[in-house]
Amino acid sequence: MSETQSSVARAPSPGFSFFHYASPQTFFPLAGKLLWPCWIAAALLTLAGLYIGFFVAPTDATQGDSYRIIFIHVPAAWMSMVVYLAMAFWCAVGLVFNTRLSFMMATALAPTGAIWAFVALWTGALWGKPTWGTYWVWDARLTSELILFFLYCGYMALQAAIDDPRRADRAGALIAIVGAVNVPIIYFSVKWWNTLHQGASVSLTAAPTMATTMLTGMLLMALAAWAYTIGAALVRVRAIMIERERSTDWVRRLVTGADFKGDSRA
Amino acid sequence: MNWESASHFWAMGGYGFFVWASYGVTGAVIAFELIALSRRMKRARAQVKRDAALDRIEAEKRGGA
Repeated sequence: MSETQSSVARAPSPGFSFFHYASPQTFFPLAGKLLWPCWIAAALLTLAGLYIGFFVAPTDATQGDSYRIIFIHVPAAWMSMVVYLAMAFWCAVGLVFNTRLSFMMATALAPTGAIWAFVALWTGALWGKPTWGTYWVWDARLTSELILFFLYCGYMALQAAIDDPRRADRAGALIAIVGAVNVPIIYFSVKWWNTLHQGASVSLTAAPTMATTMLTGMLLMALAAWAYTIGAALVRVRAIMIERERSTDWVRRLVTGADFKGDSRA
Repeated sequence: MNWESASHFWAMGGYGFFVWASYGVTGAVIAFELIALSRRMKRARAQVKRDAALDRIEAEKRGGA
């Protein structure tokens, strides 16, 4: 049985230029071109952030050197929320416009988001022990972040449990969109409830409460986390495109032809 | 410069375990993700090549019959 003839690669849709890249076929080479800039930016920003975090930023007056966990804890916690919102956004776009690529983007973001949620919880526990005297408390901020981690896991498990990718996408999208209500709960939890967790260190409306060098190191690490996340999601979305469209002509040409990488040509 | 010596640096003012367990596990998780991604990409490519080769063989069979 040959699947090659049965499914013909879709031509890039005419009209809006935005929708030009809404097809996997046209997005694949674009994603490939963006990869190296992402990796290089992530590496350089990490090096700069770690240098400032460990060698320029001074020891904290009250927390000693344990506060240096902040340089991964806060960026990881931010990314865990941002990635979830991005995932829910692509799911909503997918449900409304029924575009294959939107669901692929959502699927590609989930594991990286889950990793950030795990890192936020892990580093938070290791920071909590020396500063609060405990690795874990069931307070609003910690519990809602744990729920975020479970939402990522639930989204991935549900998708993996349904064989038909289209149905898996739609079922997963419901979890992702309904679960998005948890993100503002995490963000505002330190304001809405009395929690052991401290308030926001950085806010758009108030002056930062930390030393400039500490803040600089943290923001560099946050930018590094952005670059890494985009790079990882782009690699994963390219793998998902090949996996899901493996019987189409464009994927076969791409993989068996010399221009597989899609980086130099197209 | 914050540190008088390398051992001061690794000690992190007595918080070495907490700081390095944070950075170590984060680094390990990211390394794991990168390796998993590269293997997934290779597997996906190999699958497409295998399918294409099988189709070619079938087409040749049909052509010969």
